[in-house]
Amino acid sequence: MTTPRARTPAPRARGATAAAPAALRRLRVAPPAGFTEAVLERLDLYQGDRFVRMAGPAGDVFVAFSDAGISAVVPARLVDGDGARFADRHRRATGRAALVARRPPTGLAAALRSGRARQLRYDLAGLSPFERAVLLKTLEIPSGEVRPYGWVARQIGRPRAVRAVGSALGRNPVPVLIPCHRVVRSDGHVGQYGFGVPMKQALLRAEGVDLDRLERLADAGVRFIASDSTGVFCVPSCPHARRIRPEHQVPLRSSADAAVAGFRPCAHCAPAPGRAAS
Amino acid sequence: MATPSDTAVLRELARDLDGAFGAFVQAHATDVYSAALRLSGSAADADDIAQDTFVRAYRALRRFDAQRLATLEPRPWLLTITLNLWRNRLRAAARRPRTAPAGTGRDAVDGRPGPEALAVQADARRTLVGMLGELPEHHRVPVVLRHVVGLSYAEMAAVLACPEGTVKANVARGLDRLRTLDAAPDDAPRPGRRSPGPRRTGTRAVDTHRKEVR
Repeated sequence: MTTPRARTPAPRARGATAAAPAALRRLRVAPPAGFTEAVLERLDLYQGDRFVRMAGPAGDVFVAFSDAGISAVVPARLVDGDGARFADRHRRATGRAALVARRPPTGLAAALRSGRARQLRYDLAGLSPFERAVLLKTLEIPSGEVRPYGWVARQIGRPRAVRAVGSALGRNPVPVLIPCHRVVRSDGHVGQYGFGVPMKQALLRAEGVDLDRLERLADAGVRFIASDSTGVFCVPSCPHARRIRPEHQVPLRSSADAAVAGFRPCAHCAPAPGRAAS
Repeated sequence: MATPSDTAVLRELARDLDGAFGAFVQAHATDVYSAALRLSGSAADADDIAQDTFVRAYRALRRFDAQRLATLEPRPWLLTITLNLWRNRLRAAARRPRTAPAGTGRDAVDGRPGPEALAVQADARRTLVGMLGELPEHHRVPVVLRHVVGLSYAEMAAVLACPEGTVKANVARGLDRLRTLDAAPDDAPRPGRRSPGPRRTGTRAVDTHRKEVR
């Protein structure tokens, strides 16, 4: 027995168009992202970016690199610890693929452990000259110390570009290694961080910064500490400032106050423009 | 036919095979992958077949001299490799009794919707993909090479090793068959369907729908 429907099929709109050459042509699709790289990897010809997952001072990080240097650092928790998600993110950020590395670049583990990452090579080719200058200057801030945004601006010869320094640091592709977490607000408060203020605080505490002391000084409006025995003034996190005995410490609210009192800026932390003390 | 950009890539290949091979893959990846995807109906199989195509191509290119490279027609050459790899897979699958549906758990290679997937009528495309899967091989291959990949009849004659006239006729018959399938109601027996074999069961079209990721 045949049903009426089988004898007289309802007229259907797609009949005329679906099998047309134009519809077939739309079935031509690109391979999934990373196809070319996967082929090259199988042939041992891949020379692009690779990545590793490493233990960092405030949790694991994914680090991408090539022969040109380290090009990306991302906290593992931001990509749920998933290497494929990190590779996706890297492709969106740089337009380049990243494949798993067999071993990390030389010196990376030591740099993450010690906070001294100046010797590593960085691939900052995608950045503007200003952004590069900001990051390379930031790289000079020693582990365990902090500097205000204005310090970076002044040191690269752009003293009025304080806000631009902040945005350039916000676009730092290699955080943790290039220590943008060591740049703080000019009033001494810890300030913003791309991965959240708690991570900035964790990174600073991990390298021995006494955040409670810095916050207390910032709340009291103290920006510099001078020594009345050496006549030198420093930013509060400078190791020289931390060595001044309590009875010789002179708190200062501004570099103008320091100048009036006849203090010279410290050569190590360069707290203000002008002639540095040796 | 080799285009001017083909010629440039081939010149580079002759000069520095290892350095230029990435550009060669990129230039032909969409043709090779599309053919593998529409022939096999599975994204996971297509990825394997397309990758294998280029791995084999590289090994062959290493043995080519400058003369052979200069006269190479990359598209038909690559698609000949793709076709062979796909047929090898079909044969291997026919010999091996299946314990699980092909590609289970491996099909979500790329879960994101492609940009064009949103632009076209996904519905019509899914049914078209299903109908392509129902074409017998001797019709599916010419239709895919001609209308999905976009080979010329001369290129197809080289790939399929038969005269251009035969190729044209098979493409036309394949399109006719597709239109017949398209006009048939879903629950009616479809005309021209081959008898169900081990790979070609009644759920074949449904499988193809499920495996289609884009």
